[in-house]
Amino acid sequence: MSKMPKWADAVLIPLISILLAFFFSGLVIMAIGKDPIVAIKTMVQGAFGSTQGIGYTLYYATNFIFTGLSVAVAYHARLFNIGSEGQATLGGLGVAVVCLAVPWPHWTLALPAAMIGGAAFGAAWAFIPAYLQAKRGSHIVITTIMFNFIASALMGYVLLNVLKVPGSMAAESANFGPGAHLPTFHEMLAPFGINFNKNAPANVSFLVALLACVVFYFLIWRTRLGYEIRAFGQSDTAAHYAGINRVRIVIIAMLISGALAGLMAINNVMGEAERLIDNAVEGAGFIGIAVALMGRNHPIGIFLAAILFGFLYQGGAELAFWESIPRELIVVIQGLVILFTGALDNMVRAPLEKLFIALDKKKEA
Amino acid sequence: MDYLTVIQILDSALRLATPLLLTCLAGLFSERAGVVDIGLEAKLLAAAFLSGAVAHTTGSIWIGLGAGVAGSLAFSMLHGLASITFKGDQLISGVALNFLAAGLTVVIGQAWFKLGGRTPSLTPDERFSSWEPSFTEAMSHIPVIGPAADELIAGHTVLTYIALAAVPLSWWVLFRTRFGLRLRAVGENPSAVDTAGVSVVALRYAALVIAGVLCGLAGTYLASLAAGFVKDMSAGRGYIALAALIFAKWRPWYALYATLLFGLLEAIGNRYQSISVGDFVIPVQFMQALPYILTVIILAGFVGKAIPPRAGGQPYVKER
Amino acid sequence: MSVQTDKGRQETAAPTASAPAIELRGISKAFGPVQANKDISIRVEKGTIHGIIGENGAGKSTLMSILYGFYKADAGEIFIDGQKVDITDSQAAISAGIGMVFQHFKLVENFTVLENVILGAEDGGLLKPSIAKARKLLKQLSDEYELSVDPDALIEDLSVGHQQRVEILKALYRQADILILDEPTGVLTPAEADHLFRILDGLRAEGKTIILITHKLREIMESTDTVSVMRRGEMTATVKTAETSPEQLAELMVGRKVLLRVDKAAATPGAPILEVENLRVKDDQGVERVKGISFEVRAGEILGIAGVSGNGQTELLEVLGGMMDGTGTIRMNGEEIDLTGKYSDGKSRRARGIAHVPEDRHDEGLILEFQAWENMVFGYHNAPEYQKNALLMDNAGIKAMTQKSMDKFDVRPPNPLLEAKSFSGGNQQKIVLAREIERNPDLLLIGQPTRGVDIGAIEFIHQQIVALRDEGKAILLVSVELDEIMSLSDRIAVMFDGKIMGERLPSETNEGELGLLMAGMTGEDA
Repeated sequence: MSKMPKWADAVLIPLISILLAFFFSGLVIMAIGKDPIVAIKTMVQGAFGSTQGIGYTLYYATNFIFTGLSVAVAYHARLFNIGSEGQATLGGLGVAVVCLAVPWPHWTLALPAAMIGGAAFGAAWAFIPAYLQAKRGSHIVITTIMFNFIASALMGYVLLNVLKVPGSMAAESANFGPGAHLPTFHEMLAPFGINFNKNAPANVSFLVALLACVVFYFLIWRTRLGYEIRAFGQSDTAAHYAGINRVRIVIIAMLISGALAGLMAINNVMGEAERLIDNAVEGAGFIGIAVALMGRNHPIGIFLAAILFGFLYQGGAELAFWESIPRELIVVIQGLVILFTGALDNMVRAPLEKLFIALDKKKEA
Repeated sequence: MDYLTVIQILDSALRLATPLLLTCLAGLFSERAGVVDIGLEAKLLAAAFLSGAVAHTTGSIWIGLGAGVAGSLAFSMLHGLASITFKGDQLISGVALNFLAAGLTVVIGQAWFKLGGRTPSLTPDERFSSWEPSFTEAMSHIPVIGPAADELIAGHTVLTYIALAAVPLSWWVLFRTRFGLRLRAVGENPSAVDTAGVSVVALRYAALVIAGVLCGLAGTYLASLAAGFVKDMSAGRGYIALAALIFAKWRPWYALYATLLFGLLEAIGNRYQSISVGDFVIPVQFMQALPYILTVIILAGFVGKAIPPRAGGQPYVKER
Repeated sequence: MSVQTDKGRQETAAPTASAPAIELRGISKAFGPVQANKDISIRVEKGTIHGIIGENGAGKSTLMSILYGFYKADAGEIFIDGQKVDITDSQAAISAGIGMVFQHFKLVENFTVLENVILGAEDGGLLKPSIAKARKLLKQLSDEYELSVDPDALIEDLSVGHQQRVEILKALYRQADILILDEPTGVLTPAEADHLFRILDGLRAEGKTIILITHKLREIMESTDTVSVMRRGEMTATVKTAETSPEQLAELMVGRKVLLRVDKAAATPGAPILEVENLRVKDDQGVERVKGISFEVRAGEILGIAGVSGNGQTELLEVLGGMMDGTGTIRMNGEEIDLTGKYSDGKSRRARGIAHVPEDRHDEGLILEFQAWENMVFGYHNAPEYQKNALLMDNAGIKAMTQKSMDKFDVRPPNPLLEAKSFSGGNQQKIVLAREIERNPDLLLIGQPTRGVDIGAIEFIHQQIVALRDEGKAILLVSVELDEIMSLSDRIAVMFDGKIMGERLPSETNEGELGLLMAGMTGEDA
């Protein structure tokens, strides 16, 4: 018995939830004695007012598209992967290994190789929790949380003891060679006569992220594997009846999830830093949870949510600079978005359902 | 490693285990009632921030403690609102609260004190003082027992002793009282409790209140120990407590052992940057990761199976 | 039935002047757009057993849940012993002297019997005195009513029948005068069911009032004093059991004369399609549920498996359908199939020409959130004809195929884009049936084909099953509805406790004989 039209479920509910989240964010801004209107203006100006701002916004959005897709693909199999953060961390290691191991002649060769490296490392890091969930019933939420911490410790060790440049104080790897440099928007758009800001970190990875959205759509809704992932996610007992292998689906869904998170490293490690630094992921894996929830696990929704969070991140940096509102405000907004779109979904949904039933009855009468 | 070093490490382990133990017991009450709580971290942070801020402002750690508990309770109730009243996803709610606390403590802290999200340092008067009874002082000259008594029994703040007392108390409440019976039942089969005429919602909220208070104590302990709040000062302790809870198989006494073990690991990691075993050097990062690795091994069921409460994680909806 | 019963009946006949134990007036309840109860009124006299009968989904359980305070009625009044009571929650129901034994037991599995009994009815804040008191009282009660059960056993270690006793003890411990039992025999063996009815007789003799909710006519006829019939949320009649007949009740239940006879020609069985030899199946807990059974199903015949639910039929279907592992030998078209689960699952069974309409269409046969067209290939989604190319599925083609199947099987509404959960039970079952039959299998496994299905759809489904048989396919039918087994099967095998008690031809047996076999008694015993 569907009580609500599809559009209400897909658009209206997320919209109301986000407005609620922003309303409370506004209250927080007012509570610390600032003007929310000025804050929004500052953020919009900072994020979209210049090609530099746009470049940063899209750079952040690229990260969030990858991690959002990562969380979403697991979620379609009803696996709550909180481990995208750790998987993206390991993806960074994979990308760094690829970039440092070979003196790449050109980015067109380096990028596919780095993608494979990042995806493979990310997937490998997701494999153990996936295997334990599938074979031993260990709850994937807890194991992926544990693996985030283990990833962070492992990264600390590798940077200090393996990749650190001898004699350097900083716990970071050597710079990647020029052949591993990815074209930035500035370089990509110059031939078309568009002068994009030189310092903005947005790079060709953004296009890879868009491509990932398209592939994601076809994978989930048009292929047999996607069909099986969704079927398993909706009802594991029915999937068992149909002969869909539980273990296989859990592991494959998590491998894809980990690979997508690992792919993020072509943006932040290869595209921006051009070397491996500590905590390069900067929480993007966690933002993927908010992005996937907000985007209803659909690539179009994820793309829009990622742009929104890219805007929040870039705008938040501007806020910190111009309005001395700490960047952590973004973390607050992120928490509120997850709270309202995820945990408090029923708070918005139940009254709306009642409303639609009442409207239906009126129509009949 | 001489005897005194061992004693000092054990002392440090107890110090580090205290907040873990309180938080772990908080999770124990919550999860035994069927509410999975990965928002322990949020409660710790909220309590540490508010207790630090209020202790500085009022000059009393006791008022700070009250504020810390209140802050932790507020987050607990928000978790209840989402996961009990609105039957939302408990995991998602916990994740959301963790972000909310991580952000709010800094944003508010900055607006309040303009110290980049820190609170001002607490003076010794604004912190808990440690218990230094005269008998351990007198005993300290006795070899072997003396230093042990001086370091281990004495020298801790009131919250450590409360945490230790909370273990048998929790056991007694859970397994010897009517409230405990109902609480455990609601985590196993809420419909059994509901049809017996007992409110599932009230029981789960009660569990979250207890969890809130315990996390409030733990957060205040952190602020008092570090003489103030700094950004992200809980440093994943909420998650370690969660790991300890699994390690403890949701039992109070095991929770004590698990948190002492994790405290010990942290103490050793803090004291030695690397440990040599023969030619092999154990890196400090391994020690840091060890609690998590151990938990994964336990979760994998290779060393005894941890069976969580059966109704954990599911909002209670009456069947049709 | 014992002498006690008759005494009970006489007692109830006399004091009609006194207030009824329970009276409901004008109870209504809606769940969203669904009206579960419409203006329902009944009176139940003290010291009687009152039956409430109706099809699945008729609103029986909802009504009783309202009486037990589990749901709040939208309108109506409840009187207990002539006093109007406001039952806002289960606590209020318990205080009013009402106890309820739910269909799905409300027990804490890893608690002891005693802990379950005192839960919510403890004396004081500490457990020790409560447990001691309960232990004493339980001893008394179990002596009085044949309700013996080990007070210190964990619920998960008890048999279903014993778990039900704990539920009854829970109600009696709370001093219930009114006991409601919701489909109490669904999970019991015939012997356990008999024992239960003896207990109920004993309770009635003590002056307790009992409401028995069931969809089994026989139980109503054998054990109740009065009976109410419910249909589609409404109370259609209340009659004295002695003054009615099963036929009349059945008609009241479904609203018109039931034709349970299916028109079908005599079977012309061909070669054996499915051969089962010494099949054994263990469940997750390692309990043997199927204990070495052998049978065969030939082309062009329907083998019906009768039995009380929980006697190994579910496991039999699941092993044949590739969902569980077993030992023994199974041959399909003469070729042995793997039973270890290593090389087999639902998919490989389908490849062998085995189609499977599972007993539970909500949790197994359908994905309720999927649209009809997605469900129409569920399990066959890897078949080459549903693929567009090496990578993608042919969604448009599947939708077109679904449209055709829905028209052919009269699925209403015939909209492939509707989610499965939006269809009624009967139409959901038609979707599953269409999917499995249209794949042209050699063998159809079909479990509880008409459970929760409205009467119109039952006839259609039965016709489809017979038509498939007439095409020369082999059909293994599992049903707990004896009528269904009798009217559809060409041969009948009866399962009890994991074994086949005997095989009969429908023309040479009757419900009485099958009932004995279902109770585990062979001809010699009886």
